[in-house]
Amino acid sequence: MSDTRDGAPEAAAGSDPAADGGHDPSSPSTHTVRLELVDEPGQLLAALQPIANNGGNLLSIYHERGNKTPRGRIPVEVDFEATPERFEGIVEALRAEGITVMQAGTERYAEEITLVLFGHLIDTDLSDTLSRIEASASASVADVSLAAPQGTEEVSSARLRLEARSGETAEAIAAVREIADEKELRVVAPLAGVEA
Amino acid sequence: MRLAVIGAGAVGRSVVELAGEHGHEVVAVADSSSAIVAGSSDGVDAEAVVTRKAETGIVGDDDPADALAADYDVLVEATPTTLGDAEPGFSHVRTALERDRHVVLANKGPVAERYGDLQALAADSAGDVRFEATVGGAIPAVSTVEDIEPSHVTAVRGVLNGTANFILTRMAAEGLDYDHVLSEAQDLGVAEADPSFDVDGTDAALKCVILANVLSFGGADDPADAREFSLEDASVEGIRDVPGSVLRLAAEDGRTVRLIGEATGETVRVAPRLVQENGTLAVSGTQNIVQIETTHAGRLNISGRGAGGPETASAILGDVGRLG
Repeated sequence: MSDTRDGAPEAAAGSDPAADGGHDPSSPSTHTVRLELVDEPGQLLAALQPIANNGGNLLSIYHERGNKTPRGRIPVEVDFEATPERFEGIVEALRAEGITVMQAGTERYAEEITLVLFGHLIDTDLSDTLSRIEASASASVADVSLAAPQGTEEVSSARLRLEARSGETAEAIAAVREIADEKELRVVAPLAGVEA
Repeated sequence: MRLAVIGAGAVGRSVVELAGEHGHEVVAVADSSSAIVAGSSDGVDAEAVVTRKAETGIVGDDDPADALAADYDVLVEATPTTLGDAEPGFSHVRTALERDRHVVLANKGPVAERYGDLQALAADSAGDVRFEATVGGAIPAVSTVEDIEPSHVTAVRGVLNGTANFILTRMAAEGLDYDHVLSEAQDLGVAEADPSFDVDGTDAALKCVILANVLSFGGADDPADAREFSLEDASVEGIRDVPGSVLRLAAEDGRTVRLIGEATGETVRVAPRLVQENGTLAVSGTQNIVQIETTHAGRLNISGRGAGGPETASAILGDVGRLG
């Protein structure tokens, strides 16, 4: 199933014939993935198996048992070694198992989305709106600019810079829209993928 | 071609005036209460018709039904757009097709609300139906999609309402609120006294619905299987409630807001969207732009005047030429 041995990466790296100093795509490197697990017995093992089964060499596991995410899940950080090719397979396998991968190497939040919300932002608890967007898993809120007139009866606007995982901008915008609809706020969304 | 022009508003009058330059002859003109049908040998006197309409409000002494029954090759339907059953425009089209005559539409109603019925009538007729003028005024949106072939077009989007675009452009440039800019637009004649059709996104949505029908019917192997769109199928948000602060926040970040319509063979959506301030879609004032996303030919952008009598008449006369 796996031909990776403990200690093998150094040997492989040492015999790297590439003379240009470039990164050998077949050599393993260390990766960190951040997972969200449901607080149920057996979940940790279920999350580690796809890593081991797909050629990942487990290095460390940081299980923050007492610290829950806004959705009531348990964050777990796993370090392992794998070749870039296998790393992708591992992330796919984790997602295929239904495990929420919050961060995978440098891929986390690769795409920026700027959008504007308007409506009764203050009356509808802007900080709650932002933390719910944050909790929606598809995106994190990187920056907020607020334009609020005096008094709460007038509409105010907020520009949000979100960071979404690669390929998940549509999901992130949909998540914001859902929260906005519930609070009767309007969303001026970007034309995703059409930044002409 | 011998044309019967139904509808004597700005568009219909421009068709009457410009038909001769395009090598066509107008043999009948009708408005809602009157008509003029030319004698046996020559067409109507364009100048006389336009003058009479301006001075007396009617185009001639005949009955509108006489124009529909006249001896024409192409019926130009340029009456105001109506929703729902799209009448009386739809009946005018039916009459012409049942007589095996061609139809060129500027009226969006029949194409947006009853596309399936329209195609069925056309299928049983020796006449064809064309409707370039219904989308984007002078911009050749429909014919470009047809040239590329609808099955090779994945989406069409753009700025399709000049009034809404003018208001958003002015709000961003002057830091003014919607109400201020709307009255300015009304003073300039850019917005109508009741601007709902434009600012609520209905007009842009109708154009997108038409494009969605072109993509859906044109992309289907059998038109009977094609999904038909009407205004009901569109998700529509207008610009009426957009506060000036949204444009200010957008500008701080190098962006602006445009009322963007998008059509695919599956969805129709109109909403204010963030676009790059200097981007292709951020056309100014009353300009329109149509952006066509293709499978093999990349992205095409066509901008220009999306409304106006002579502009829309050019699209109509272009359609007449394609019937040749």
